[in-house]
Amino acid sequence: MEAFLSSLVSVAFHGTAFGMILYVISVGLSVTMGLMGFANLAHGVFAMAGGYVMTTAMNRYGVPFPLALALAFLGVAAASVVLERLLYARLYNAGELEQVLFTIGLIFMSVAVARMIYGTLQQPVYLPEYLKGQFPLLGRDFPTYRVFLIVFSSLMIAALWFGVERTRWGAMVRAAVDNRPMAQSVGINTTQLFTLTFALGSGLAGLGGALGAEIISVQPTYPFEQLVYFLIVVSIGGLGSLRGPFIAALLIGLTDTACKYWLPQFGAFFIYIATIALLLWRPMGLFGRRA
Amino acid sequence: MTHSGGYNADARIRWQEWLPWLAALAAFFLLPEYLSLGARILIYILFALSLDLVLGYAGVITLGHSAFFGFGAYVAGILSAKLGISDPMLQLVAAALGAGLLGLGTGAIILRTSGLTLLMLTLAITSVCLEIANKATPVTGGADGLSGIVIAPILGSFKFDMFGKTAYLWCLVVLFGAWWLIRRLIYSPFGATLAGLRENGIRMHAIGAPVYRRLLIAYGLSAMFAGIAGALLTQTNQFVGLNVLGFEPAGELLVMLILGGVGRIYGAFIGPVVYLIAQDQLAKQFPEYWYLGIGAMLVVVVLFARGGLLGIADGLIARLRSKP
Repeated sequence: MEAFLSSLVSVAFHGTAFGMILYVISVGLSVTMGLMGFANLAHGVFAMAGGYVMTTAMNRYGVPFPLALALAFLGVAAASVVLERLLYARLYNAGELEQVLFTIGLIFMSVAVARMIYGTLQQPVYLPEYLKGQFPLLGRDFPTYRVFLIVFSSLMIAALWFGVERTRWGAMVRAAVDNRPMAQSVGINTTQLFTLTFALGSGLAGLGGALGAEIISVQPTYPFEQLVYFLIVVSIGGLGSLRGPFIAALLIGLTDTACKYWLPQFGAFFIYIATIALLLWRPMGLFGRRA
Repeated sequence: MTHSGGYNADARIRWQEWLPWLAALAAFFLLPEYLSLGARILIYILFALSLDLVLGYAGVITLGHSAFFGFGAYVAGILSAKLGISDPMLQLVAAALGAGLLGLGTGAIILRTSGLTLLMLTLAITSVCLEIANKATPVTGGADGLSGIVIAPILGSFKFDMFGKTAYLWCLVVLFGAWWLIRRLIYSPFGATLAGLRENGIRMHAIGAPVYRRLLIAYGLSAMFAGIAGALLTQTNQFVGLNVLGFEPAGELLVMLILGGVGRIYGAFIGPVVYLIAQDQLAKQFPEYWYLGIGAMLVVVVLFARGGLLGIADGLIARLRSKP
């Protein structure tokens, strides 16, 4: 019984950490899909890029960990603005098929570029001393880095929610998600808003990829392999919502960790089955609005 | 020449449409050392045709068509390696029925949704199939793949030889039959309904077309053809691996179809030919550049050449004709 309880706590803890990372990465996807109706399958590319920026900065140039995280966020956000203005913007009014193909094309290119620069091996992550080891909490020991992940992500999520719910920018985003033509006609510059929001979402993905580099290993096939997880989070959570993907990400993180711990012989089977069942029950996701 | 189907289209087979078959026969006699690549191309043409039926004609965007291809491949493989049924005809029929039923079953679920949800469900279904094939090692061989597949002579008299001659002709015959059927479908009133659904589903509802039922039938038929293609792959390789399932083969197929041109029968012919020959020549020497090129090509096709290679050809012909 004691052993079971201990493994239960451990699964809940690791699952929460994984779920937090999934949310930080996927929330941008939910917002861009809800806001712009853009099926951006290449979202994982930004997360992978963030992971590479951080590991390169730390391993090659000796940049300290917090600064490397900031670099991952800013670098990816800046690169995404260029991509959005040059390429994505041309396809906002195109059909879903074009958007899907275009973003699959981006995935292929990013996989190739990553392999050219870094090879096929996964990038090692060297954590700073103060994040290594165990952290005593309520009479148990938890890995310090995971505790840091959960706390840091929670703070960031709180800031994000505050931004969207309480600031002028957030009000404009919500208005544009609800009704874009109306938002435009009351004088909101939606094009600029899109670019900014896209940059923020991609930057968060980059930050998530960097933070989670220890959990989701950074290697060239990252955007392909993790795509299903990000899409599941967004489609279960519901497009354009902040709360939905959060609950979905936690659910996925916990279920995935639990399945891998207790039922490794089934792999990700239950996650897919649960996703299919959930989407049949609620095609627009848990918190999605009826289209 | 676009073969978009419909009532007004002339359904007679034009002389140009015999050219691919002549080319395939010529390749058989002139390029005997490339027959295994040739068989692979023929199989992928059939697979691309099946995708074209749902994607190009009915407008259903799927990332999971590999589920049916892989299912057909595993049905043929398991029948031979585990149950000792090695007759290729029987295997094809079983794979067609199995994949068709899987298509109807999953289609009945997913075709009620649309947009991202539909995309996600197709991806989830092929991922489930991949997980099952990966974990059910006693039946599917798991990550090692399924070997020990024996294929009996076709009709009891044409043995599969080591040079791949029989396999090539067998694939060619099956592809020809499938092409004829799919072509008939596209030029039928049923095909016209599909084109209508692709262009404007709401209006089709309004004029009283049974939208869901039509889509479901198209999806099931498409799955059946994909299953046949998968079974052919098993028979020519005498091996099934996990690489027939999941997102990657589905994405690769999508690339081939887009390259050739979506929503036109011969786009599904041109795409696999160009893609697989290029892959055979380039991918092994320069794997990184290959993926970079494929990605760049997709982006360019989407931004500048939405009709694919055949669309470009159409544009050129139109321009030549307009200048007297």
